[in-house]
Amino acid sequence: MNVPANLKYTKDHEWCKIEGNVATIGITDFAQGELGDIVYVEIETEGDDLEREAIFGTVEAVKTVSDLFMPLSGKVIEVNGDLESAPESVNQNPYEGGWMIKIEMSNPDEANELLSADDYKAIIG
Amino acid sequence: MEATALKDIILKDKHIALGAKMVPFAGFTMPLQYTGLTDEHLNVRNNVGVFDVSHMGEFMVSGEGALDLIQRITSNDAAVLTPGKVQYSCFPNYDGGIVDDLLVYMLAKDNYMLVVNGANIDKDWEWVVRHNSNNVSIENISDRISLLAVQGPNAQKMLQPLTNMSLDMTYYTVQQGTFAGVEDVIISSTGYTGAGGFEVYFHNKDAEKIWDAIQEAGKAVDMKMAGLACRDTLRLEMGFCLYGNDINDTTSPIEAGLGWITKFTKDFVNVDYLKKQKEEGVARKLVGFELIERGIPRQHYQIVDAEGNVIGEVTSGTQSPSLNKAIGMGYVATPFAKVDSDIYILIRDKKVKANVVKMPFYKG
Repeated sequence: MNVPANLKYTKDHEWCKIEGNVATIGITDFAQGELGDIVYVEIETEGDDLEREAIFGTVEAVKTVSDLFMPLSGKVIEVNGDLESAPESVNQNPYEGGWMIKIEMSNPDEANELLSADDYKAIIG
Repeated sequence: MEATALKDIILKDKHIALGAKMVPFAGFTMPLQYTGLTDEHLNVRNNVGVFDVSHMGEFMVSGEGALDLIQRITSNDAAVLTPGKVQYSCFPNYDGGIVDDLLVYMLAKDNYMLVVNGANIDKDWEWVVRHNSNNVSIENISDRISLLAVQGPNAQKMLQPLTNMSLDMTYYTVQQGTFAGVEDVIISSTGYTGAGGFEVYFHNKDAEKIWDAIQEAGKAVDMKMAGLACRDTLRLEMGFCLYGNDINDTTSPIEAGLGWITKFTKDFVNVDYLKKQKEEGVARKLVGFELIERGIPRQHYQIVDAEGNVIGEVTSGTQSPSLNKAIGMGYVATPFAKVDSDIYILIRDKKVKANVVKMPFYKG
């Protein structure tokens, strides 16, 4: 299972890459494997200010649908438009081409509460 | 919460060794997928895949009165069967619903096999026993039988080398004989995928031998194992009903579009009620629909009209791997059941436009 050491994680199987005040967010390799073939990523929250834990979008796999939760509070400043035509990127490349949103953090201290790669590995076993 | 013990299919360890993702289904630990749903799905449509569906139940009904019992409890007319023929049917209940859907195999004169859904084995067995007023010989052999479904256009090419029986079989026929060196194997040209192929029934004691032969024969045609996940998308593309989703104890065969297996030429459980439904019409009908706007329908999503009034409910839905379209089935009020009717699926509080279409969705 691929869990890059330079990223932070949540128990909801999302990853965050933090650069300055901006966090890039996606779902983990484990999450994409559990969901199976992803066919549609619906994110209509661009420009919204959202609290941590709020739903920022939905990911539809052939068999199931799953909500996407904000790992950190902030404003959604960018959505990965490539997923519109290539949702399978989330399966093939969850940490790179499969990223979902970028946010401007409104409370950067929350980042300290995210899981390290080792903590997350312990959760997924 | 009380934990319910899951039963094991006999070949469970073989699936795990192949890397299958195993999940609880119908009271068994079953292979859900191996390489991935879409890959397995397309391989069945275009080549050949093998499903372990040993959770299915098998009841033998034999001797004098066998046909009489089957006629009284099933909706289709089993009297038209001849030895070697298979028929799709259902057990209607007394409340206008369906106990289960099933296949009726006529193996020989006075010798039938009923194949029922794994999740319903106990319920169905009680139902058959309860109606066996003429003391016909019946036996529930579900725990002793395994079942592999070999599905896809190359199924015949793959399996023919394993048997002297000609597998050039008409759809919905059955024969019994030696297969992979094992005697007493039942093979039928049936399945739940619409891709063609066979279902192979054998005793658990022979499972390893049959498994090895099928794996070996599969190599020549690039067979891939296929899990329950793609079994569901394959059957949905064909518009085949899934018990527990599209039909259940409260849906009648007439509402479900199963009038074609409901024959009023004979007497059976709840025949008068169903006949009345057929003559007077029903208030809701099971339809197939395709989404016109983006989204994927899921079981229990509401179906609404243009004004937002609830007119029905989705019973099955998915993104079709063969068609790359979102498709589904659901019950709608009869005025909306006509092909080309505009309906809307309520997805996360949004009305998503859909169109009622004729099934099957996948036309080959």
